[in-house]
Amino acid sequence: MRLNKIILSFVSALVILFSTSVASFAKVVGDKIILGAAISLTGKYSSNGVHTQNGYNMAVDRINSMGGVKVGGKTYKFDIIYYDDESNPKRAAQLAERLISQDGVEFMLGPYSSGLTKAIAPVTEKYGVPMVEANGASRSLFTKGYKYLFAVLAPANLYLDVAIETAVELNGGKPVRIAQAFEQDAFSQDVRLGILDAAERTGSKIIIDDKLPKELNDMAATLVKVKQMKPDVLVVSGHTKGALTAIRQIAEMKVDVPMLAMTHCDAAKLSKQHGKNSQYALCASQWHKSLTYKDDFFKDGMTYAADFEKEFGYDPPYQSAESSAALLVFKDAFERANSFDQKKVRDALAATNMQTFYGNIKFAPGGQNVDKPMVLFQVMCDASGKCENKVVAPLKWASAKLIHPIPKWSER
Amino acid sequence: MDFLVFQYPMITLQACLDGILLGVLFALIAYGMALQWGVMNIINIAQGDLVILGGYIAYFMYLYGIHPAWGVIVAPVIMYFVGIAIYKLVINKVVDRDLFISILATFGISILFMQLMNFAFGADVVLANSGYGTTMLFDNNVVLPNSKIFSAFISIVFAICLVIYMKKSKLGRAIRATAQNARAAKILGVDTEKVYAATFGINAALCGVAGALISITFTIHPYMGLPYTIRSFMIVIVAGLGNLPGVAMSGMGLGVFEEFADYILGTEFRIGSVFLLLVLILVYRRFKLSRKREYLK
Amino acid sequence: MNKNFILYAAILIFGLVAPFLFPAFKVQLSILCVLIVLATTWNIQGGEMGYNSFGNILFYGLGMYLCASVQVGMFFPLAEWTESGGEKTFVHTPTQFFQGMAVGLVVAALVPTIVAGLIGYSILGLRGHYFAICTLGLGVAAGEISGGIEIIGAGQGFTTPPFPNVGSLEAMGIETMKYKIIGWMISAFFCGLAGGIMGGLVGYIDSTDVAFDGREMGVFMVLMAILGGKGTLWGPIIGATIFHIFKEGFWTFFLGWQYVALGVLIVVIVIYFPEGIMGWLREKYPERFGEVVDEKDRKAQVELK
Repeated sequence: MRLNKIILSFVSALVILFSTSVASFAKVVGDKIILGAAISLTGKYSSNGVHTQNGYNMAVDRINSMGGVKVGGKTYKFDIIYYDDESNPKRAAQLAERLISQDGVEFMLGPYSSGLTKAIAPVTEKYGVPMVEANGASRSLFTKGYKYLFAVLAPANLYLDVAIETAVELNGGKPVRIAQAFEQDAFSQDVRLGILDAAERTGSKIIIDDKLPKELNDMAATLVKVKQMKPDVLVVSGHTKGALTAIRQIAEMKVDVPMLAMTHCDAAKLSKQHGKNSQYALCASQWHKSLTYKDDFFKDGMTYAADFEKEFGYDPPYQSAESSAALLVFKDAFERANSFDQKKVRDALAATNMQTFYGNIKFAPGGQNVDKPMVLFQVMCDASGKCENKVVAPLKWASAKLIHPIPKWSER
Repeated sequence: MDFLVFQYPMITLQACLDGILLGVLFALIAYGMALQWGVMNIINIAQGDLVILGGYIAYFMYLYGIHPAWGVIVAPVIMYFVGIAIYKLVINKVVDRDLFISILATFGISILFMQLMNFAFGADVVLANSGYGTTMLFDNNVVLPNSKIFSAFISIVFAICLVIYMKKSKLGRAIRATAQNARAAKILGVDTEKVYAATFGINAALCGVAGALISITFTIHPYMGLPYTIRSFMIVIVAGLGNLPGVAMSGMGLGVFEEFADYILGTEFRIGSVFLLLVLILVYRRFKLSRKREYLK
Repeated sequence: MNKNFILYAAILIFGLVAPFLFPAFKVQLSILCVLIVLATTWNIQGGEMGYNSFGNILFYGLGMYLCASVQVGMFFPLAEWTESGGEKTFVHTPTQFFQGMAVGLVVAALVPTIVAGLIGYSILGLRGHYFAICTLGLGVAAGEISGGIEIIGAGQGFTTPPFPNVGSLEAMGIETMKYKIIGWMISAFFCGLAGGIMGGLVGYIDSTDVAFDGREMGVFMVLMAILGGKGTLWGPIIGATIFHIFKEGFWTFFLGWQYVALGVLIVVIVIYFPEGIMGWLREKYPERFGEVVDEKDRKAQVELK
């Protein structure tokens, strides 16, 4: 049986292979602090994955060139090992496992999207690896009792409930009728839960409640129902595809609705792709460049936006800004912990209380950032057809007054 | 379950019209698949990816200031050559092989295309604005975006042109002869290699047209191809090979089915119900065929 | 025989000891085992019976959901656990965890087996590519539908068409159908089990991306079996191992290009190596496989082709 020999040599080759590929990285090598990150370079989240990566890289360069991180009297520089998670939760969990147990990474940055963060969080928790994440907003991340997960953003259920409250307020405090369409993913479904809560709080009624499959690029059926039932508010959330599809079909089908609230308008470059058709859309955002927060590295939102544009050639969506902020949080925590011990860094992270250009950051015991409200902006166009996102709420930063109700298509 | 669609006659009408306009577009893609399946006995999983690629051609024209409607002329020309290239590189090596091999091979092409499109065009969802208005019917209760009407019209024009071409031209007749009996056609002096290449090219060109229309009517994205492949496969199964009116009818039927599934079962089950329908049709066919076989025995 | 025994014993011992020898690779090795199971079970139909199925992912996804649901549902209200906004946090005690896992795996193996038995008669009657596409559709539908079910999310897979020689088997009557269904049920049993285990390994189930992941796992299992050599005992095992090593070794360094590489790889494998590694070895060194090459037999086969 020569076959057995072949197989035996095969098995022994395998053994050798596994035993030789010893951990090749470690948390701190020389003067480098190595962070691990699985982000989506391919697959359906890859455009937002790249926004995330650009945000990380921008902050790494900035921190390194401005003196690095000082721990125990020594200066360290940040470095990130990236893997491509292919927008797939299974892959993301596998890569987190690999980063920690094979590559020896001891500190992690988050991936893009709530779904992938949910896949990675159990792994980082298991190994006690502190992870600062900037793109997983799902509320369920913060109710699991994770100790090593810190999110610089506000949870997803807060994205659009301001819009519902505003609508009720403008309706003279009376409840409103809500139509909603959400994609079938962890994030959008969480935004939906937020709306459900807000509706209950204000006594509002949800008259249309559709869930859009991930592959669908047609929501005409939902909009026909909206036309027929005439709700006071239409809420749509489905990453960039949802935002683009909604605007296109609302304009084409001339759907009149007093308030249109959405997510991902800036990532979808809504005002650029749709121009005047996107006018009056109300968008939830974690960040807007006109906010007046400040820090030592990026100065403020406007400067950050300008620097980002110079480096990457486009206006930074909030996904990039929050990713940059994650690095600032890590730097701050390392310096306060004055150590690379995972427990100490974790405790320092939990005690974070700082301001960055992106907003104030202070973590609740669940890990979410409780010190930074969401902002709402509205797409507004001037006579020449140039459109801009203007903050309308909270009033503290508002640069324009909310236009409500949205003019009918026949009057535009 | 929600029967709103039947409570308002206008919604019923709207759903039917939306479905038919959508279905005509599906039928165009399915026609390409039927053609190439009939002639070469190849199932092309990359069909949907060819569609998306066609969409990107129209999108890029739009980006550079050309009206995307011209995409329906440009995209098929470019896609024809893309099709020929795919045939020369891969398909001609699997033509005579097991069907499973062709499914896997075209699946490989599909993955390759998705990824290359992702690199070339980015993963952003994009669309081309035609600037066509909207047609309002019945006191504004039924709305039809002109872009949908345009795309249905163009699909029909292309289908008719193709039928005429198949009947009248020399190559068209050679294709039909090969579809009927490749060996006999070869003996009679038909260069089957050339016919195969041309068939695959024409299929890709049809996908190009459909893609350009989709970028005008809906949105495109590198990873959106597979649902189009499955839909066209289903239409072909229902209609049978080489049955153009059947393809058109079952295309529209599928479009209407999708719209109604959306209203009645809920949007979340729309795509799932399409696939379930596919399984049911196949199983139904199996029992029908086996009864027929028994009868023959 | 003796040598065989030593070989199997060696592999078994390697399997048991490996997690302790290479703790950093524990998860990698577990995944490798799941992949091997999947490739081998696919081979039962795809290779030995000529039914090229894309649908095993149906059972895999089903098993994954079932195992997880049982594990949770045995001790806590499932709906509250899965509701994404749930404010409550449930923690399994170790005993609960392992009890749940054990029962979950049994359910994950049994239910898909029963499902396979129920649908087997309708599906396995399909010929060629229709079978393949039907199983594909089944998988995608399951994924989409599970994505719409609040309490769990559903699953979907995709199957391949039967070998062309089915026509002649059909003539033998219903008996072949019985064996086909049994083969299909065995596949379902192991796929369900593999799915249940994988669900625990990944820790997060998404309807279309993890459970009914026809686009990746569904194709990978076919590819691994073909790479190693379908219709052979060792082929799928070797295929899965090489595939996994290749994937873990080089994949991550492609940073985005891996799918281009995978696409090319699939095309190259199916065009140039449809018989796989074992097929190639067997052709090259038939005597090493302990085969008595019967010239007459081979000639007859060649003529048949």
